Amino acid sequence: MTIQAYAIDVKNLTKRFGDKLVVDHFDVKVPKGKIYGFLGPNGSGKTTTLRMICGLLTPDEGEGTALGLDIRTEALEIKKRIGYMTQKFSFWEDLTIRENLEFVATVYGLDHKKQRVDEALTKLNLATRQKQLAGSLSGGWKQRLALAACILHDPQLLLLDEPTAGVDPKARREFWDEIHKLAANGLTVLVSTHYMDEAERCHAIIYMSYGKLVTQGSVQDVIQGAGLYTWVVQGENLMSLAATLEKLDAVKTVAPFGDSLHVSGTDADSLKAALTPYFDNPAYDWHQESPSFEDVFIRYMADAEDNFLAKKEAG
Amino acid sequence: MFFSFRRSAAVLVKEFIQLRRDTVTLRMIIMIPVIQLLLFGYALNTDPKHLPTAVLSYDNSPTAHTVIAGLKNTEYFSIEQDIHSEQQGQDLLRRGEVLFVVTIPAGFERDMIRGQSPDLLIEADGSDPVAAAGALSAANGMLQRILNQELTGPLAKLQQSPPAFKILTHRLYNPEGFTRYNIVPGLVAIILTMTGIMMTALAMTRERERGTMENLLAMPISPLEVMMGKITPYVLIGFFQSALIIIAASLLFGVPIIGSLWLFFAALSIFIVCNMALGFTISAAAKNQTQALQLSIMILLPSILLSGFMFPFLGMPIWAQYLGNLIPATHFIIISRGILLKGSTFIDIWPHLWPLLVFMVAITCIAILRYRRTLD
Repeated sequence: MTIQAYAIDVKNLTKRFGDKLVVDHFDVKVPKGKIYGFLGPNGSGKTTTLRMICGLLTPDEGEGTALGLDIRTEALEIKKRIGYMTQKFSFWEDLTIRENLEFVATVYGLDHKKQRVDEALTKLNLATRQKQLAGSLSGGWKQRLALAACILHDPQLLLLDEPTAGVDPKARREFWDEIHKLAANGLTVLVSTHYMDEAERCHAIIYMSYGKLVTQGSVQDVIQGAGLYTWVVQGENLMSLAATLEKLDAVKTVAPFGDSLHVSGTDADSLKAALTPYFDNPAYDWHQESPSFEDVFIRYMADAEDNFLAKKEAG
Repeated sequence: MFFSFRRSAAVLVKEFIQLRRDTVTLRMIIMIPVIQLLLFGYALNTDPKHLPTAVLSYDNSPTAHTVIAGLKNTEYFSIEQDIHSEQQGQDLLRRGEVLFVVTIPAGFERDMIRGQSPDLLIEADGSDPVAAAGALSAANGMLQRILNQELTGPLAKLQQSPPAFKILTHRLYNPEGFTRYNIVPGLVAIILTMTGIMMTALAMTRERERGTMENLLAMPISPLEVMMGKITPYVLIGFFQSALIIIAASLLFGVPIIGSLWLFFAALSIFIVCNMALGFTISAAAKNQTQALQLSIMILLPSILLSGFMFPFLGMPIWAQYLGNLIPATHFIIISRGILLKGSTFIDIWPHLWPLLVFMVAITCIAILRYRRTLD
């Protein structure tokens, strides 16, 4: 693939706040026209990375391009071609939906402003509410306004920072349908999220933790690459069982899912050996399953935390 | 990045729409100058008259009565009660019920006739020097004149020979000594400092506090464009407020407008931009609206106290004058009083106009440089 095939191509991206290393030599490549999910626990550096890509923060180290433009020197050109949706709603609450969009259209210097705004309003079903103040909208509508404003100038790359936090499932579904429609037209999307179902709707995911890239690839690849083996147990009094199992060395994570527990480990044999004593207990019903993405996610989270603490103690 | 009027205008329109919906601020823009003008214009007086006075007279002679009448005639003293002991006078002074106690000693007239120069004691409440000063100087002059007129017959020999020279004081520009003539032109400066610095600082920090700054920074718009768009509405508001004050000053207080109004508004524009840029700089330093407000007050207080608005500038110690010279309001107050009350011309105000120009350019540069293009 040529460089042009990537909408985002950054290497060694590093950012420190004071002596805190927030993003630590982070590499990422996002091919054009793809939807990439950006995952990682809170404080892992996702927002900082997105801000560096769109020129809101200057990287301390590293280099790279967004849409073929240097993120260090061509931030202004990048800003014209990308849409960035902030984590917190950041449009003007004392302006109406229409006024917000008109402001954005004017700043980007769009032709046929009125027409473009009308189109955006219709596209995202905002037309009937266009005279409503943005501050009076509920979460779902605010997010819809933000999306409308971000794509108003036909960007080639969308950076979305937890766009669906606090939005109901129906609105989330509609939002993702919209994202897929945009991607089908060639738009590249990098979207950070905490929702597993959303991650599974992406072409690929990037997992980041403590400022470092942990893994990336399609959801299937990531699940397989994690080398995780999961047993599912159903029965009575699972919480006390969970407490017992967590102490076993072979068991890496124990997570309750409704009326069952997912018990995961990285070594199939030792996990089975460790669990065998409990198989005979008639109160429990055991079977093996391929790990869910969430099992993998939680496993990575726990791992990263262990590494971090180990490093901290060593240092 | 080049400057685009279109983008700047977008910010300006946005700012106006937001302002229109912010009725509290809108009312403040009109009410602050009106209320301050009425309050300061009618209430403040640095040359107060009819001050409460008590008289303790041990002498019931015609001369004593003349002295008391003379004090009344100065209009500075309002003799509200006759008292009968020194203790009573001290109590009244301490309680702040009177500002002066006049004591006429026993045998005042007799001692005068005998040429023994009796003492006429005027005790003043010195805790308020401004109030006492005018009255005391009036008392000195008036009493001397009245006594000279009254000293007839056997007392005529006591009349002093005419002094070797007379001191003539002449109040130029404000012959009646109306405080409000002085206050109103200064008030323009204070109100513009207040609304200008605060509103600009708040308008910018509000964006940061509400998170909209991140959005603004992610858009292709330059600091200068944001600044111009943000400042222009408040510049217009500043002109509106100034016009309001000048009209009210002329209609309500009859402040004479002697100089050129064009010159006044030209100097005013420079002063307004100074304040806006100052507010903009504050907003770059402040993390939130509360801090912006505190920093604004830190500039506002010296602007009131050290600028010559409240107290005579030339009466301050030299170091304080140096400090005062760093405040734009100091220069603008002199310009404003000069043009409105004395009819100063461009040449007259130039010594105070150029510091304003320097200030404007310097602060605008700082404001633009300090504006953070990123969230770093």
